[in-house]
Amino acid sequence: MENKKSETLLEVKNLKKYFKTPGGMLHAVDDVSFRIPRGKTLGVVGESGCGKSTLGRTLLCLNEPTSGEILFQGTDIAKLGKKQIRAVRPKMQMIFQDPYSSLNGRMTVRQLIAEPLIVNKLCKKRQEIDDRVDEIMEIVGLAPRLATAYPHELDGGRRQRIGIARTLILNPEFVVCDEPVSALDVSIQAQILNLLMDLQEDRNLTYIFITHDLSVVKHISDEIMVMYLGKCVEYAPADEIFEHPQHPYTRALLNAIPIPSIESCHKRRELLQGEVTSPINPKPGCRFAARCPYAKEECRSCSMELREMRPGHYTACPYAEELEL
Amino acid sequence: MAETTQTLRSAGAARGRKKNSQAKEIWRRYRKNKAAVLGLVILIFILGIALFADLIVPYSKCIEQVGADRLQGPSLAHFFGTDEYGRDLFARVVHGSRFSLFIGVATSLMALVFGAILGASAGYFGGVVDNVICRIIDVFACVPPILLSLAVVAALGTNLRNLIIAITVSCIPGNVRLIRSLVLTVAEQDYVEAARSYGTSTPRILFRYVLPNAMGPIIVNTTMSISDMILSAAGLSFIGMGIQPPSPEWGALLSNAQTYLFTAPYMLVFPGIFIILSSLAFNLVGDGLTDALDPKLKD
Repeated sequence: MENKKSETLLEVKNLKKYFKTPGGMLHAVDDVSFRIPRGKTLGVVGESGCGKSTLGRTLLCLNEPTSGEILFQGTDIAKLGKKQIRAVRPKMQMIFQDPYSSLNGRMTVRQLIAEPLIVNKLCKKRQEIDDRVDEIMEIVGLAPRLATAYPHELDGGRRQRIGIARTLILNPEFVVCDEPVSALDVSIQAQILNLLMDLQEDRNLTYIFITHDLSVVKHISDEIMVMYLGKCVEYAPADEIFEHPQHPYTRALLNAIPIPSIESCHKRRELLQGEVTSPINPKPGCRFAARCPYAKEECRSCSMELREMRPGHYTACPYAEELEL
Repeated sequence: MAETTQTLRSAGAARGRKKNSQAKEIWRRYRKNKAAVLGLVILIFILGIALFADLIVPYSKCIEQVGADRLQGPSLAHFFGTDEYGRDLFARVVHGSRFSLFIGVATSLMALVFGAILGASAGYFGGVVDNVICRIIDVFACVPPILLSLAVVAALGTNLRNLIIAITVSCIPGNVRLIRSLVLTVAEQDYVEAARSYGTSTPRILFRYVLPNAMGPIIVNTTMSISDMILSAAGLSFIGMGIQPPSPEWGALLSNAQTYLFTAPYMLVFPGIFIILSSLAFNLVGDGLTDALDPKLKD
């Protein structure tokens, strides 16, 4: 893959996360592998229920992976004990999707932001904690007067800034952004995205950016991974995937982006029909076959191994070359 | 940079970083609630009676039996009248407040503590822990509370300590169920997962995140239960398993008065008024506290 020269911060090998349900095994994340160099962003795209958020949570060991390795700076954190995970936690943080439910309404802004510092015993003195909180509030663009406010008094954008401040105060190296802007309105989305990108530049942060919004992911990502039912179906540098999508699913996603022009009104678009099939005990073969407009008989038994189609561009469709693009 | 830190620091000092600012804020919000303030006044008044009972009227007055004064109505000599042994009811009510308030508060608090520990662990950990706790609680819950208390007192013997244990045991099941169900809904919130993601320990999550957010109904339930507890103690006294005579206790005074309901109704009225007043005061204070502690209900 690209950027082989730069240091790999996080490498995931054959990560699987299954959940036991009454109906059988739910394959939320099924055999996903990738590698993120330091300071880069991997965008993870897919529709609801495809395992994006589970992937993010599993990376931070909030869920225990069923199998596979999560190598963070070379150590497999999936195998660490509780205490050792706690030591790694400050370096790996998460920004949550919903800024309305991810902040404890009983704490003031100052308490919310200071909490990770206190919990991880990184600062001993009150003065030191307060200074760090003031500093970080300034960085994420929260006015000092808000320190004593409660989250319910603030709008979504400010709340998400609190979420970001709370994440950054631990000086993490790796941040999982789980749809950090999807609960915000569009004008604020841009502010938060720019803030996240500025912070990445200043602090050399590495992001995994989970979203279902392709325009957002194009804006922020270096590489993009497209997921479908727990599987990675396409993996490529951001520009590459928008210019030369190889997998039929990726193409369907790109087709679904609205184009704001009059001509495109009359253009027929190829949109996906039907719904995602159940992730419980999935059938062998290509998981997208049931909805794929190009599906053939062979697709029901083929493997979903990633193949390198172009340099750095991997796809899971075995017939990608034959499709009319 | 040094300059900015300096200005930040002075700005921070001006912004009220003091720890007590939150307590002040809660008090400010509490004061706005007139009913809660009234409750607090009544509560302080009743607590004052309990604390200074010996100054108001000596204890000897409530056990002193004067044959000539049997079943006297209220008068200047006996403000609340006398009972069938000629004991001064005013003195008995005043000194009874000590027993009754102590029983009510102590049992409610103990039931709250045990209910919180068991209910929170059942709701938060789920699975086996939940099952074990809930099944044991089910066993306790299917025995009528008064029978359960009776069994405990019968097994341990009758004195104040055992009475408190007995009443506490009988109302733990309800508390556990209430707190478990509240914790179940709160523990699913994103902020709990967020807390876990930055490495918060389980006890801290329970006490800083889960319980404060489940607190409202718990406080209401606890303050409401105080008057129930006083009456449970009365019930036990009535069948001779509670406070032993001649010690005065509101509930016992009340059940004793039943016999003379038609001939001496005042015997029922005065202890009754005090039970109602104290439970009213606890409920008002509890309601006010619930609102004052919830920052979302600011102003």
